[in-house]
Amino acid sequence: MIADANKTELPDDQRIVITGIGLTAPNGNSLSEFRESLLNGKSGVQDYEIRYFGKTFAGVCDFDERKHQTRKDRRRGTRAASAGIYCANEAVIDSGIDWENTDKSRVGIYVGVTEHGNVETENEVFEIKGFDYDTQYWSHHHNPRTVANNPAGEVALNMGIIGPHYTIGAACAAGNAGMIQGAQMLRLHECDLAIAGGVSESIHTFGIFAGFNSQGALARNGDPEKASCPFDVNRQGIVVAEGGCLYTLERFSDAKSRGANIIGELAGYAMNTDATDFVLPNPDRQAACVRLALGKAGISADQIDIVSTHATGTESGDIQECAGLRQVFGDCESTYINNTKSFIGHSMGAAGAIELAGNLSSFKDGVVHATINVDEVDPLCQLPGLVVNEPREVGKVDYILNNSFGMLGINSVVIIKKI
Amino acid sequence: MSPADIRDVIIEILEDIAPDEDLSSLKDDVSFREQMELDSMDFLDIVMELRKRHRVQIPEEEYGELASMESTVTYLTPKMADI
Repeated sequence: MIADANKTELPDDQRIVITGIGLTAPNGNSLSEFRESLLNGKSGVQDYEIRYFGKTFAGVCDFDERKHQTRKDRRRGTRAASAGIYCANEAVIDSGIDWENTDKSRVGIYVGVTEHGNVETENEVFEIKGFDYDTQYWSHHHNPRTVANNPAGEVALNMGIIGPHYTIGAACAAGNAGMIQGAQMLRLHECDLAIAGGVSESIHTFGIFAGFNSQGALARNGDPEKASCPFDVNRQGIVVAEGGCLYTLERFSDAKSRGANIIGELAGYAMNTDATDFVLPNPDRQAACVRLALGKAGISADQIDIVSTHATGTESGDIQECAGLRQVFGDCESTYINNTKSFIGHSMGAAGAIELAGNLSSFKDGVVHATINVDEVDPLCQLPGLVVNEPREVGKVDYILNNSFGMLGINSVVIIKKI
Repeated sequence: MSPADIRDVIIEILEDIAPDEDLSSLKDDVSFREQMELDSMDFLDIVMELRKRHRVQIPEEEYGELASMESTVTYLTPKMADI
């Protein structure tokens, strides 16, 4: 019998906790490096150039691909999977799990992606262009690289994991969606350990830059480190980034019995849908998603200490999210609001997971990192608890709420509780 | 191309598709699979790279000729003689 997740008092085998974190962000390849960058205002955005599109900006990662992967497997596989392999291995190490003696048939992998296959397809089309588009030069590696389960499947191959693996396509809500999927599989006892979160290889497809540019939603002018500036009145749009962040999730009962270091509890989560537009978000539905997650956590809005926003730096997206947040947190005097994309750009499928990770250290250090690059807050983005440009010491942090939204009106919220 | 040149071509391809392998002690008369971690997708890589780099076409029914360095060079020598 699965316990009702809406009830606040869940049995320990229905409570899901985070016990390990592996990440690569454009400004850090571990949680400690990433946190240090966030507290010191260090950006990970740089000049970047990609075929056909030309010069632009991007959040670029420099994790060591060879640390957990052979050169041959890297050549065969995808950048998204390589980020996933790095993050999954680092998360397991961080969790302190006795990996060698872990039953791999009871491990599941749930990796969120915004898109997958664009990079690999563009590469093959480019390659056969040199052969007058003769398809006999199209690689036999194309299909295993582009099947939708690729990133999670490559992690499974790398780590010998034989439980269920899914890659979850959820646009830019995918990082949260991966975690939620992992939690659900643990609650169903389909696995005993879930490696869950999201990855992005999106800076390697020219199409995503060109698409955002055609939409008038790409930031590519000025100083790269200042280009990602959600909530600023002069924001230009999105800076695309790559990255990854995977968590080890366990049932609280299992984590307790092995004496795990518990980073936080997934106290509440929610996903819902706008069904109103292809790209324009719906603040009422976002607010509904936040309220749904609060309800599942059994807490009120004013108990949330930090809201990690999704805002990407587009004019309408930022305003809509702030309108939704105002509905829920407008009267909350001790709820602080920040944005991590201002440091690293939009890491797409990884964004929700990475941005949450950047905030989790607040449970220990009591500091809320800022949203940087704000010269003048857009009046339509003004929120009472917005932490601008400089981190703020707030003391005790018990609850963090993480927004992650995507195209086609997909909304996701997770709430992490300090325990 | 001479047989020695063809061997160099194959070594270059193997270095790319099996970059973790040490090819310095490769025995030409022993099958690749006995000495290296190569699977069917890797052999398709050899076929693809010969096609891309040297426009050599290898029919599927003749893939077995690529079992060892010796058999590969023997098989390719007439096909690559005019390159």
